[in-house]
Amino acid sequence: MKRILFSICLSIGLVSAAMAQSTQYEGAMTRQVAMLDDSTNFAPDRLLEIANTFERIGAAEKTQWLPFYYASYCYVMSSFMQKDNDKVDDLADKAAVNIEQAEAISPENDEINCIKSLIATARIRVDPMNRGMKYGMESADLLVKANKINQENPRVYMLQGQSLFYTPEQFGGSKTEAKKKFEVAMQKFSSFKPASKIAPHWGEGYTRGLLAQIK
Amino acid sequence: MKHFNLMLLTMLLPLCMMGQQRISGKITDSRKRPLQGVNISIKDSYDGATSGADGSYSFTTDAKGTQYITATLLGYASQEQKIFITGPQEINIIMRNNVNDLKVVTISAGSFEASDEGKATVLKPLDIVTTAGANADIVNALKTLPGTQQTNDREGLFVRGGTGYETQTFIDGMMVRNPFFSGLPDQPGRGRFSPFLFKGTTFSSGGYSAQYGQGLSSALILESTDLPQRSSYSLGASVIGVSGGLEELMRDKKGSFGVEADYTHLGPYLGVVKPTYAFSKNPEIIGTSANFRRKTSSTGMIKFYGYYNQTNMGTIRPSLEYPGFEELFELKNKNVYTNLTYKESLGHDWKLNAGFSFSSNADNIYLDTLNKTNPLKGKTQSQLTQTRLVLTKGLGQYSILRLGGEYQYGVEKSNFGGWQANYVDNYTAGFAESDIYVTPRLVARVGGRVEYTSILAKANVAPRASLAYRLTANSQFSLAYGDFYQKPEQQYLRFKNDLGFTKATHYIASYQHVSKNYTLRVEAFYKKYNDLVKTGRDTSTSGTGYAKGIELFWRDRKTIKNTDYWISYSYLDTKRNYLNYPFEVQPDFAAKHTLSIVYKYFIPAIATNLGVTYSFSTGRPYYNPNLPVEKFMSEKTMTYNSVGFSASYLTSIRKAFTIFVLSVSNAPNFKQVYGYRYSTDKLRRQEIVPNMPRFVYLGMFMNFGIDRRQDMINNL
Repeated sequence: MKRILFSICLSIGLVSAAMAQSTQYEGAMTRQVAMLDDSTNFAPDRLLEIANTFERIGAAEKTQWLPFYYASYCYVMSSFMQKDNDKVDDLADKAAVNIEQAEAISPENDEINCIKSLIATARIRVDPMNRGMKYGMESADLLVKANKINQENPRVYMLQGQSLFYTPEQFGGSKTEAKKKFEVAMQKFSSFKPASKIAPHWGEGYTRGLLAQIK
Repeated sequence: MKHFNLMLLTMLLPLCMMGQQRISGKITDSRKRPLQGVNISIKDSYDGATSGADGSYSFTTDAKGTQYITATLLGYASQEQKIFITGPQEINIIMRNNVNDLKVVTISAGSFEASDEGKATVLKPLDIVTTAGANADIVNALKTLPGTQQTNDREGLFVRGGTGYETQTFIDGMMVRNPFFSGLPDQPGRGRFSPFLFKGTTFSSGGYSAQYGQGLSSALILESTDLPQRSSYSLGASVIGVSGGLEELMRDKKGSFGVEADYTHLGPYLGVVKPTYAFSKNPEIIGTSANFRRKTSSTGMIKFYGYYNQTNMGTIRPSLEYPGFEELFELKNKNVYTNLTYKESLGHDWKLNAGFSFSSNADNIYLDTLNKTNPLKGKTQSQLTQTRLVLTKGLGQYSILRLGGEYQYGVEKSNFGGWQANYVDNYTAGFAESDIYVTPRLVARVGGRVEYTSILAKANVAPRASLAYRLTANSQFSLAYGDFYQKPEQQYLRFKNDLGFTKATHYIASYQHVSKNYTLRVEAFYKKYNDLVKTGRDTSTSGTGYAKGIELFWRDRKTIKNTDYWISYSYLDTKRNYLNYPFEVQPDFAAKHTLSIVYKYFIPAIATNLGVTYSFSTGRPYYNPNLPVEKFMSEKTMTYNSVGFSASYLTSIRKAFTIFVLSVSNAPNFKQVYGYRYSTDKLRRQEIVPNMPRFVYLGMFMNFGIDRRQDMINNL
């Protein structure tokens, strides 16, 4: 009897701890992800700070892919904003380490492939002459993979459009083709329901901005 | 009751943990400079902070008791410290520079490496293609690096007082018997292999690894590419010919195969631009190649490359011996090269590299002083079959042990006007070498090579050693020493085989500073030659010589926007007593001062790459038979000047990645004289000059990706 009572009490204790843990996770992630929805946080150093927090959450949780995903997102976005080319590879490396951790937890994930594609794109800038071909292809292939996993993910179309938008016409870029992609992306954004408050949902405003530049 | 207390404790445990404590402090590096952006956290909790510009941090935590605080920052070793939280705490952390691969010292004395990624390399593979005046020839591009000579009237790469024969070419570890197209007199053929075949090129101007032998001066080590990223086909057209190729990545992405063919005919070009000497047959080249690559496991790979090429050409030039007559020289060449390699990890840090190669070369030569003498027909043939096996064992974190052996079966045949001189050689070699990291900053490479060749019936033992020490994150100092042996050239071995190995001993000291945008190298060397081939009354290996010098290399990719330039300077003091030389003199292939400036400018707006290469060298000695013996090689040619220009425009036509290339070698048409040839009666002489002193090349290359899925996605 005592044994049963004891085990009940023990399980209540554990459950309450687990619940606390889970609310803590939801709470912390909601706060952090909200920061990424605020454009004032989009400064290279500020993003690294946010990345640090995501890394802490990821390291503590161990089984959640989103903290690593967002840490990687912060690093790669920061690398795009760097003025100094020398820092790009280091940040892309950090982003890659985090996204690999995310992928180990959640393989075959369209959102993760989008970030991997972004990382490849970021690396081109360091040495476009030598890297353009290799990383350009890698980036495109990853988006194809993401699209295969989930054809409704608007970010895939957005990134494909972005690549067409920024690639010079001589290398196969095209503003009109980019526009088509952005329009598909906008359609998909309107019907896209993120799985939760903290699931990836970025990109709609950005797409609208780029679309406005074409019109 | 006891249990009840325990139960209560268990239930309340999570609640007991409430109550926050402040943790703060400062993060610095080992020199007490504040570090910004460090991620500090209590292990397995969310609590933590990022350090500010002054290195300070502060956060509150619910954690209590024994905890671990961690600090991480890119480029620094992560720190973990045990702490006991009872109240507010101040924790200062010192972080140390991470020793990552980039900063581990590598053996660098004597070698220039061009490879794609990772380590800070001096050159990128694309540099070879985009160096103006090099015409996408690996060897021509390497002639802009220190240590090389502008000896453009003879075949091969002349390095640090060595002849072209003293530079050996290796593809995936295996020696290439005929790396150059057969050429006409004074007009050497260019390199046979396209730079696009290789992912890595290492040019060693001395002191190289015991893995390679039979090169007294230099080794050109080429590493073939791995699997392509996608299937593609390519087309090329230029003023001298056309080419086409196909490369198919297998469906499972674990293998690929490809075929290529090219056809070159200089007729149309020579119709517009007249050469110095007329061609009796305009140069015509037909080439084909095939490759196959397959991953045999996650670490294993098998690669095959096969190549067949034939060339046909001839010139007519005024006869030096018989004034008023003309000399005809015609050449037909057929060349086959195959290379099969296999690599695999064997477990326990052992790696295997195995290779097999067969090559065959035949030159048919037809010589005639028209309407004067009887024509002379000549034929030389060589065949080389070889196998090679290398085992590599990783020792600890960085150190490596390499053991290997190779066997070559060579057949050399020649027939001039019915005079035959043939021989067969069995060459066996074994080597052992280890890169020993005393610390990540200090590495020693110690090894040796044993060789035996049946034609000479002699063996040699060649010790090699080098040392590299990293001074700072970007700079290092290296030393190298080694003995190098090589068989005498085929033309001497054909007629006499009781000769010995020729020998060179290298001593090299070098300093280099390599950062992302700047490279500085200074290298000094001394090379002692022994047992060089002596001709005259009797052929022997009793010649001697030396070479010493200082070389500088500077590359800057940053100072001027969109501009990349490098400067190479070589000072060479060399003398040798070989062949028919009466005593040690500066040989006729060596110049004292050599300078190259390579300038590349990229215009992003029009996606165009412009390049200019300037090369200079002081005059080379030549032999004037009218002078007394003590004045042997005392006269020098004019200085050598060359300005190459290239422009490449990158674009896409439909879905094809396209490059248009315009390149002009020796654009200002400077006069270039490499030496003089005298008639037997010493009364007349001819300048040795390039037959096409200025060459204009215009071409386009297209590469189509044939990834259907990609097309479909793009058309969505």
